Amino acid sequence: MVVMCLYVARDAPNSVRAVANLAEICKQYLHGRFKLEIVDVLKSPLRALKDGVLVTPSLAKLSPAPVAKIVGNLSDRASVLQALGIKG
Amino acid sequence: MAIPQALPKIATGVLGFDDLSRGGLPRGRTTLLKGGPGSGKTVFALQCLVNAVRMRRERGLFVAFEESTRQIVANAATFDWGLGPLVKRKLFFLDARLSPEVVHSGEFDLSGMLAMLKAKKQELGARWIVFDGIDVLLTLLRDPAAEMREIYRIRDWLADNEMTAIITAKTERGLSDAVNYDFMQFMVDCVVRLNRQLEQGLSMHRVQITKYRGSDFLAGEVPVSFGASGMEVAPPEPAEILHRASTERISAGFERLDKMLGGGLFRGSSTLITGLPGTSKTTLAGKFAEAACRRGERTLFVSFDEGSEPIVRNLGSVGIQFRPHLKSGLLRMYSARTESTSADDHLVKLKSLIRDYAPRCMVIDPLSAIGKAGGLAAARAVASRLIYMMKDQGITVFVTAINEGDDPAAEATDLEVSTIADTWIHLSYVIRSGERNRALTIIKSRGTWHSNQVRELILGATGPVLADVYTAGGEVLMGTLRWEKEDEERGKTLQRRAAFDHKRRELQVSEADTRARIKAMENDLERQRTELTLFSSEHDARLLSSSEREKELRRKRDADPAKRNGSKNGA
Repeated sequence: MVVMCLYVARDAPNSVRAVANLAEICKQYLHGRFKLEIVDVLKSPLRALKDGVLVTPSLAKLSPAPVAKIVGNLSDRASVLQALGIKG
Repeated sequence: MAIPQALPKIATGVLGFDDLSRGGLPRGRTTLLKGGPGSGKTVFALQCLVNAVRMRRERGLFVAFEESTRQIVANAATFDWGLGPLVKRKLFFLDARLSPEVVHSGEFDLSGMLAMLKAKKQELGARWIVFDGIDVLLTLLRDPAAEMREIYRIRDWLADNEMTAIITAKTERGLSDAVNYDFMQFMVDCVVRLNRQLEQGLSMHRVQITKYRGSDFLAGEVPVSFGASGMEVAPPEPAEILHRASTERISAGFERLDKMLGGGLFRGSSTLITGLPGTSKTTLAGKFAEAACRRGERTLFVSFDEGSEPIVRNLGSVGIQFRPHLKSGLLRMYSARTESTSADDHLVKLKSLIRDYAPRCMVIDPLSAIGKAGGLAAARAVASRLIYMMKDQGITVFVTAINEGDDPAAEATDLEVSTIADTWIHLSYVIRSGERNRALTIIKSRGTWHSNQVRELILGATGPVLADVYTAGGEVLMGTLRWEKEDEERGKTLQRRAAFDHKRRELQVSEADTRARIKAMENDLERQRTELTLFSSEHDARLLSSSEREKELRRKRDADPAKRNGSKNGA
């Protein structure tokens, strides 16, 4: 089970793209074995601040260890898979 | 056509900067602060933030892209800002460094961060924001187009939020990404450039305002220094000299010198003492300081390249006692090294000392030391600024300067203080007959009569003494020569006295003699008189006795006394 949190800035182009890219990855590699929370930073900025998020979009892999942080619209799939610990 | 409206300004409280910018930074606008590494950008920005809290209770956000916020706060703790308690309640620090472990995958933007900052701004009611090290953030974007886009985003966000913003950006010469900074310069209302440069082995800081929309400002680079209170911009020298001229006289240390100065120094005047090492410059300055303390005046004694302790001890050996005044707090001593510190930094330090201690009298010994490190031109400017500043505040000051040569033509100091100083005392050695003696000359003393004679300065256990001078054949006599001259004078006096005594005694003797002779003659006269009297009475006696004898004889011859009587009557 991969637990992730994606921080987006509502409908900012990079954020929209990140959501789409992540959905694709989950569908293709994780087959339902994942938990994803999407946080809209514009709606809950103080939560994002508390979580140490700086730029959007940002993806945090919370488990399994080690935790990883990925910034960007997740268009570079190889680096995302590596950070999430998924063998491509 | 609309008349361009001047931007409202907000004071930064950074000493000197508000004068330079004619009021501070543009309120509710953005200022770009650029400069090389270590030029003081972060200090300046943070100082503005701290001052805003202190001066107007305005809160602020500090977004750190380059350094950790913990490091920034720790660095700032070296200044006397009292940042600690402000950090939580009045200021918000955002550590906005992207960890190197963060994986990059495609483009990102700052809309999330700005949303967070907006929330924080509202929570805190912040009016100020600092983006420190925006260059670091921009390089993370890895795309010039994205950089441009995000700069625009920040600009729009700042405009919407009406915050007074400072964006700092590191500039390095020869870096190709200067395009964006040019662009940033265009979008901000004020551009301040900080510059750090090595000059003769010392780092010199300078600040320059290169752009200020709709405002007048002082162009040109101005020296900056960093003291206990943070950054300080050297104030431009006022074109007009406005000093009150006091007519109050105060002692220069001891009576003889005061006399030579026509009654002492004017309150608030500056005195320069020049001379070779060992000519007692410090002693004179010490005497001045001690006299000031005795009058109950707060005095600041600044020494360069010599510790306070040895100075106190050395002055004590010539009867100048600092310890009681140090104990009472009237006297404050400050010692500094000059090798590693630029003249500007000394100026800042001395200014803050003067501000904190508010002395009425001050000594800087030797002022020439500030020219040791860094450029001479800078030291000259600092020396004159220092003296003018002290004059402005009515502080009576003694500064000493070491002369390289001892010939009168070279009596001007490197720092060219002699033209500014009101009084100039020169100490020199006079070598004659195998002796080296100290000589004191007053070269100038504005607005007062002063002796133009050279005096010998003698250091005794009770302090410096100015000895009378003897001139012989147009030369001042000193040391043994003076002593000999004095001795000779003493001898002559004794001789004169002896001669007088002799003559008096002679006269007395002769008077007595005459009296004696008179007495003798009187005695003679008396004797003669007596003799005469005696002689007369003898004669009478003889006459009487002869008549008596005759009578007796007649009586004896004539036995009839009646007849003798009758015959006598009838005869």
